[in-house]
Amino acid sequence: MPRVKVARKSTAIDMTAMCDVAFLLLTFFILTAKPKIDDPSHATVPFSTYMIPVADANMITIAIGKGAGRDAPFFAVSEQDVRREALTAMGQKYGVSFNAAEQQRFSVTPIFGVPMSQLKSFLDTEPAQLKNFVQTGIPVDTTNNSELFNWIFVSRQAEVGLHQKLLNVSIKSDAAELYPMVNEVISVLAKQKLFKFDLITQMKTASDK
Amino acid sequence: MAELDTSGGGKHKGGKIRSKKASTRVDLTAMVDLAFLLITFFMYTTTLSKPKAMNLVMPNNEDKRAQLPIAASRSMTILLGSNHKLEWYMGEAGKTAPTVDNFGAKNIRKAIFDNKQKVADTHSGEEKLMEVVLKPSDKSTYADLVAILDEMKIAEIHIYAIVKISQLELDDLKKNGLQ
Repeated sequence: MPRVKVARKSTAIDMTAMCDVAFLLLTFFILTAKPKIDDPSHATVPFSTYMIPVADANMITIAIGKGAGRDAPFFAVSEQDVRREALTAMGQKYGVSFNAAEQQRFSVTPIFGVPMSQLKSFLDTEPAQLKNFVQTGIPVDTTNNSELFNWIFVSRQAEVGLHQKLLNVSIKSDAAELYPMVNEVISVLAKQKLFKFDLITQMKTASDK
Repeated sequence: MAELDTSGGGKHKGGKIRSKKASTRVDLTAMVDLAFLLITFFMYTTTLSKPKAMNLVMPNNEDKRAQLPIAASRSMTILLGSNHKLEWYMGEAGKTAPTVDNFGAKNIRKAIFDNKQKVADTHSGEEKLMEVVLKPSDKSTYADLVAILDEMKIAEIHIYAIVKISQLELDDLKKNGLQ
């Protein structure tokens, strides 16, 4: 009797489909990936059940977190041209002139927290050394002429001038921040007749605890 | 996982020397490996949980025409104290002793729901809705404020405002060790 011959099969698997899927997913993740902004305020936002997504454009974000040792506000505006315009306007107000390189640096700085007196040296610092630059936060008080007040004001002016739009304001504060600091920022906004704004939170479900 | 050569070797015995027919299949193993490696990297680095926002409308204190009196019988005042604790009372300050309470579903949320029901039962028409006055003290944190605003949404309280705390209420918080 002849032996039954078992056909020798190749051990190679067709990977075409797997490869297709892998690259499809890869493309998806690359396109949806957003570079993480290095936030100097290190604010850990509290939880809430609100589900309104935070807008990406036309936003002023006031982050409140630990500046160097004390709680301090940080300022961020989403549009690059608005940043540039706001810097020029602030420079005129406080008598500081910025050269083209500094303006360029400022327009690509997503968030900062330095007083006007230190802003020039902040913008002159090499990007690699920026981590060591101690950001003390933007000075804020109850008057109508604090630096935070003016930053918000000139940014809103610039936005209206450049895009004929109104900027939305959101507050991104650290969960452990005490109320007086938050209240101070809210009253700065109220002085500019800004009564509607967003508080940035993380999502959780209502059934907690 | 290299592909095995199963074609069987052997030398050509005489005859024409044929050029070997090369397979059109490419070994994709390395490419798939690389693709999955990159997928893993991007999955870990992207933030999938995007931040959410809570909208807040503050009252305009300068506009005197828009200021309405609060009815004592249907207003609940919540005082935010230190250590993530709070006090609440119905009606006017000093007339009813505040209740010390905690955050959470079994504590303040239940109190809000109960009071809301009571107000709805004892009032009629437009006055059925309870008004809530939120008074954060200087020792309360931002997380407390967000938590209590969140309770407003959960309990569907539509009339609420953040108001400056009074000395009387601060004294009471102090008395209860929440200041």
